[in-house]
Parts: sequence; structure tokens; C-alpha cells
Amino acid sequence: MADVASLSTGAQALKRNATGPSGPKPRHVLSRRNIFLYGTLIVVALYYLLPLYVMIVTSLKGMPEIRLGNIFSPPVEITFEPWVKAWATACTGLNCDGLSRGFWNSVRITVPSVILSIAIASVNGYALANWRFKGADTFFIILIVGAFIPYQVMIYPIVIILREIGIYGTLTGLVIVHSIFGMPILTLLFRNYFTSMPEELFRAARVDGAGFWGIYLRIMLPMSLPIFVVAIILQVTGIWNDFLFGVVYTRPDTYPMTVQLNNIVNSVQGVKEYNVNMAATILTGLVPLIVYFVSGKLFVRGIAAGAVKG
Amino acid sequence: MSSSKRPSKLFRNLNAKVASVPMILTALVVFVGGTAWTVLYSFTNSKLLPRLNFVGLDQYHRLWSTSRWLVSIENLLIYGAISLVFSLIIGFLLAALLDQKIRFEDTFRTIFLYPFALSFIVTGLVWQWLLNPDFGVQRVVRDLGWTSFSFDPLYNSSIVIYGISIAALWQGTGLVMCLMLAGLRGIDEDIWKAARVDGIPMWKTYLFIVIPMMRPVFITTLVIIAAGIVKVYDLVVAQTSGGPGIASEVPAKYVYDYMFFAQNLGQGFAASTMMLLSVVIVIVPWAYLEFGGKKRG
Repeated sequence: MADVASLSTGAQALKRNATGPSGPKPRHVLSRRNIFLYGTLIVVALYYLLPLYVMIVTSLKGMPEIRLGNIFSPPVEITFEPWVKAWATACTGLNCDGLSRGFWNSVRITVPSVILSIAIASVNGYALANWRFKGADTFFIILIVGAFIPYQVMIYPIVIILREIGIYGTLTGLVIVHSIFGMPILTLLFRNYFTSMPEELFRAARVDGAGFWGIYLRIMLPMSLPIFVVAIILQVTGIWNDFLFGVVYTRPDTYPMTVQLNNIVNSVQGVKEYNVNMAATILTGLVPLIVYFVSGKLFVRGIAAGAVKG
Repeated sequence: MSSSKRPSKLFRNLNAKVASVPMILTALVVFVGGTAWTVLYSFTNSKLLPRLNFVGLDQYHRLWSTSRWLVSIENLLIYGAISLVFSLIIGFLLAALLDQKIRFEDTFRTIFLYPFALSFIVTGLVWQWLLNPDFGVQRVVRDLGWTSFSFDPLYNSSIVIYGISIAALWQGTGLVMCLMLAGLRGIDEDIWKAARVDGIPMWKTYLFIVIPMMRPVFITTLVIIAAGIVKVYDLVVAQTSGGPGIASEVPAKYVYDYMFFAQNLGQGFAASTMMLLSVVIVIVPWAYLEFGGKKRG
């Protein structure tokens, strides 16, 4: 009771403080609190933006300018040559066709991996949510616990399995690996989403005679587009950014972009061309960055869903 | 329960079972089978190819007397402690600042989180460039007139792991901030009002009321960070390749190098089993606290 009373007096005090009932807030734009608050946020934001800025600036300079100047200074003479070189002629070992090869490899890895992993996981999640069978939850728990096992523990057995099937070193093998390791988190995502859908919907469809696939394709799928978008964002960035699986399960001519980038930048032969390196680095980061900036809040939702529950 | 009913039971709900085959295979063959296989073969003297020639704990004895492994473990502990402490503190502070009903909240959040969209390779290479002593921060400060200034973490074996942690924090704090922000938003507005009315200063409200209420969020965040720490690999490969010397080696890199370069599979398996053990030590108490007693379903 006392709390309620003090709350209402607090509200009155707030009302008295306001100078008028309408219009924008007129008080202290430059209060000490605001200066501290926005000052801190802006300084931290600058710190976070600095590496991106340095990457871009460096990639637009010529090597002489880099040797003489300051990494933070904007380019005096803008040149796009490093970008062209990074994309088309930078060398990794014997290959001198730039990052373009890695880019297309990554595309050929990411697209089928995203489709396959989401297809498997969504059907799985649907089965777990609506068609539970005996033992299903046990497998599901194993799957979720398995997500915490360091990949290093399972790398070699998978090498053997892929070698036995005859797809070790191929893109198909890597696609399967990505689908396997994407499964825990995606299955969880879809299971939780489908579980939260009203049960009556499912029952009504069953009464109308729809079966397992019918309900999935005609009811669940159209109603869960947002979660599919979240899953796509999660997988595209995750698979594009992967390095470990790429380096273990592919050969030099099928290396994904991240592996090739690392080989270009950290190769010991030749003169270091920092502008080309930075251009290559931006090119590799561009796809997830675009996904991030376009998807905005959905990305946040994806990582929150992925992280909090995973 | 009678055996004559079994077949019909097996085929009931057949579609769901068929649809779950990939999950069942992954769970049993890869996760359980693969893990068991690696643990089993860690007790053998496999070199180039896996062989079932048991040698007891020899691989583990050798592992723990290899200086490279000891350096890896030490690095992992330092890196882990820094990541945990600083990403939690910075992440929470940023979230608390963003939670003050500020303008441009979305812009700030977008800026703090964008590094998380980048791969560890990209992160490592950018920071390798920024921390380059001949061109990066050290050179810039020296050009300003402070000629004795020294900041070359990636080339100094005694502090190289801190250089790597800087990059890791830049990449990962955004995620922690997002999780914390979600946690803060889950706190009832009335609690804030009540605390303000009672005249409790804001920092005290955070410290003694809000943070204890966010315990579940902190625990899950902790588990996520911890699981990520053990896996750290690409960042080190990109930033230093384990150098200078072996100063920035980490366990995941040890495993990879012994399996695929040194052709000493037994060592690789033993090291990866130790990694598994460390995760178990982190996860089991947490799972016990979170799910112990509660029935799932």
C-alpha cells in the first residue's frame, strides 16, 4: 500500500516538473547525464567503427602512401587497383586468380548448405513439436548436448566417414558437414517455434484429413516464414564465416573464401601488399556484413534465439 | 506390451520417424559415435593412420609434458579469463547505457554488434594490421612525438595472447550486449519506479536488484562465452599463426596440427579429449543447475 501511495506521489512530481502538456521535451539537452551518456556511447562506437574505417581507407591507398603515411589518415589519392588485384590476381601458392575463386566456392558451399540444413532441421523440428514418437526427445537431447562438444573431437571420425563414402575433399562432403553441425541449433529454433503455434490449428488440419507432409507444406511452412528468415540469416553468416571445416574438408582448389583469404594475407612469399590484403579482407567480410545491415532486427533475433537457448 | 503389437507400433507415425532419420543419425553416429571413437583412439599409438594398438595413458603423459601443449593451456586460461570478465563487464555496461531510453538506440546497437557478423579470420586480419608495429597504432603514436612508445602485442611473446584477446573482445562484446539488453528489457518497469521512489541510487539498483534478477541471463551468457572460448582457433590462425614461436598456441590449433600436419593422430585425439573434458567440466554443473530436478517435455 505504501508503495502504491509513493508511486502516485512520484507520478505527480513528474507531472509538476514538466513545463507543458504538449510539445517536445524542453529540458536540459546538455545535462551532465546526457553528456556522459552520449559521450561514452559515441567514443565506444568510434572504437568499434575504427577497424572498419582503417580497412576501407587502407584498401584505397597505394603502397607508397601506406609506407609513408598514417593508417588512420584518409587516402590522398584514391585507387581501386588493390580491389581489382585482390579479386582477380592475388596469389595463393601457385594459383594466381585472386579471391574470386574462393568467393564462388563459398557461394557453392553456402547455398546448398543453407537449403539442406534448414530443410532437414525444419522438418525435424516439426516432427518433434507435433508428431512426437517414443524416443524422439532422447535423440533431441543428445543433439543439443552434442552442440557443446568441441568440433575437434568429431573432426577425424567424420573424415573417415566421408572418405568411406568417397566424398572427402569435395564440396558435397562439406555441405553435409555444415548440415550436421547446423542441426542442433536450427532444430531447436524450429521446434520451439512450432511448439508455440496453436495446437488447434494442427488438430483442425488433421480432422480435415491432412497428413504429415500436407500439414507441414500447406500450414506450417507458410505460417513460419519469419523463423525461416531468421534461420537463413543464422546459417548464411555462420557458414560463410566458417574456417575450420573449410580447411579440414576441402582441397586447395575448393577452399572457401575465408581459407583462401587467410592464405593470401598470411603467405610468407613475396612483398606484403597491405592494401590488397585489406581489400581482400573487406571482400570476404562483405557478404555477412550486407546480410547484417539488411536484416537488422531479425539478425539480433536470430542470434538471441540461437544463443540464449543453445 | 505384447510382442504381437510391436510391428504396428513401429510403423505408427512412420513419416515423423523417417523425417527424423537425419537427426537420429547425427545424434548417434556423429555426436555419440564420433566422440566415443575419438576418446577410444586417444588411448592408442596411432600415427599416420588410426590403429587400435592400445598404449594406455601414454598419449596423455606425452601431452602434459609437451611444452607446446602447456603453453596452449596457459594461453587458453588467460584468454578465457579476459574474455569472460571483460566481455561480461563491457557488454553489461553497454547494455545498461543503451537501456537509458536514449535516442539512436538502434544505430548504436547496430554499430556495437556489426563485428559479430564478421568471421574470426576477418577480425584477426584487421587487428593484425592495426597492431602492426611498423604501420599500426605504435607507429602512429610514435609519429606524434612519443618516440619510445611501444605497443606491439603480436610480436612480443610475453603479451601476444592479450593482443589476440583485444580482437576477440572487439568481435564478441556486441553479442553479450545484445543478450544483456534483452535481459534488462525483461525487468519489470515497476521495479525501476519503486527503486526511484525509494531514493535508491541507480548504480545500487543495478548492482543489488537488477543484476541478481538477471541471474539466468548471466548464466546462459557465461555458458555461451565459455563454449566459444574452448573453440578458439581461427582467430589465432589469422592473427599470429600461433607465433611468435609457440607463444600464442591454443589447444584447438594443437589438435588440428597434430592430426593433419604432424601425422600424430594419437596426440591429436588425446588433446581433443582434453578439450572435451574441459567443456564437460563447464557444462555439467550448469546443466545440473538449470535442468536438475525439472522434467523436460
